[in-house]
Amino acid sequence: MRRVAFAIVGTIAGLVGLLSFKTHSASIANPPAAISTTGPSTSGGAPNTGSEPSAPSVPGSSSNTVTGDAADTRWGPVQVRITVTNGKLSDVTAVEYPSENPRDQEINSYAIPALNREALSAGNAKIDMISGATYTSQGYVQSLQSALDKAGLK
Amino acid sequence: MTPLTARAHTEQQRTVHVEHCMGTVFTIDIRDPGNWDDAIGDVVSWLHEVDRVFSTYRYDSDICRLQRGEITLDGADRDVAEVLELCADAQVVTGGYFTAMPNGRLDPTGLVKGWAVEHASRRLTAHGTANQAVNGGGDMQLVGEAASGRPWTVGIGDPRESRRVLTVVSGRDFAVATSGTAERGAHIVDPFTGHPATRAISATVTGPSLTQADAYATAVLVMGPAGVRWIADVDGYEALVVAADATCYRSSGWRIPTDVRSG
Repeated sequence: MRRVAFAIVGTIAGLVGLLSFKTHSASIANPPAAISTTGPSTSGGAPNTGSEPSAPSVPGSSSNTVTGDAADTRWGPVQVRITVTNGKLSDVTAVEYPSENPRDQEINSYAIPALNREALSAGNAKIDMISGATYTSQGYVQSLQSALDKAGLK
Repeated sequence: MTPLTARAHTEQQRTVHVEHCMGTVFTIDIRDPGNWDDAIGDVVSWLHEVDRVFSTYRYDSDICRLQRGEITLDGADRDVAEVLELCADAQVVTGGYFTAMPNGRLDPTGLVKGWAVEHASRRLTAHGTANQAVNGGGDMQLVGEAASGRPWTVGIGDPRESRRVLTVVSGRDFAVATSGTAERGAHIVDPFTGHPATRAISATVTGPSLTQADAYATAVLVMGPAGVRWIADVDGYEALVVAADATCYRSSGWRIPTDVRSG
């Protein structure tokens, strides 16, 4: 099942910044009370300041870029690259993902940013796990996990 | 499949294993020092055994053979009787909003994954772990703490806005299950109409047992916003619902954290 990714397809620009999120803390009446859903949506995060895609990890530097193993999914290989800055996950980019047909692109235009957000939330806000399955998460999680493991993060 | 088990030695020793099974991904995350290869091997075998017995996609699974009338309950794996009993209990508690026969066919899927994860977690405990999480496709059972003095924190994904986490829940020894209409393309059927549930797009249930939380999340998704009132009478469980009109509802005991901000 294991496949080697031969090429880095390219950086998916603009998919991910250093996202922040706010939890809803609006005042809430007794159930079934509606929780305010007008909280800020977190677009426009900081620009990607990660290293060049092919930059090797430099021991002792404050910023390392690690690429996870390519993981096969039913839609094609998925490969994730992470940047670790000062011991914290600072960027996650899918460097390879299925895009062979319009349907794949449609799926990924939603799923990849969602998963990037999850990964960054987990790295920055000490969220240990995310509840709620996401469509193409399998290969992504697998590749991400291998990258995290290679980086020795947490 | 590619086994992914790794140990990292930085702040604390942690063992993580990712396994594909039941059409989704399972993560076993042990936060205790030690070599847990045997424990993980045991849990992984268990998960695949559950898939062999309960899959509705495997022609030769016990569930499919029961559907076709080729075997009776006596001839099935003994776990089948336990699961169907748990399904019957959940059907009673939820007033029929959860059922193991959502399409008129035997399909205990809405409870099996949570049940499998909860048993996986118990198996880890039996192997000696004290702080661990088992996550099956976004449904998880969490034991102990994520780190010394730091409880487990679980983000609830916002089904509408890809860049947001709706809220977080935090604690020790609890379970979180989320059911959604968009999840893996599968529609949850309203057993009273036979049509896909439309009142909510996402339902999350927390409580002590993932077996129950998983079934209740399915039921609450069908109930819609009314589900947060229903669950108020279920001891130990809370619910968060994102309705079809994108409004969020929570049960009275669902605590909204005020101390969590992005780092």
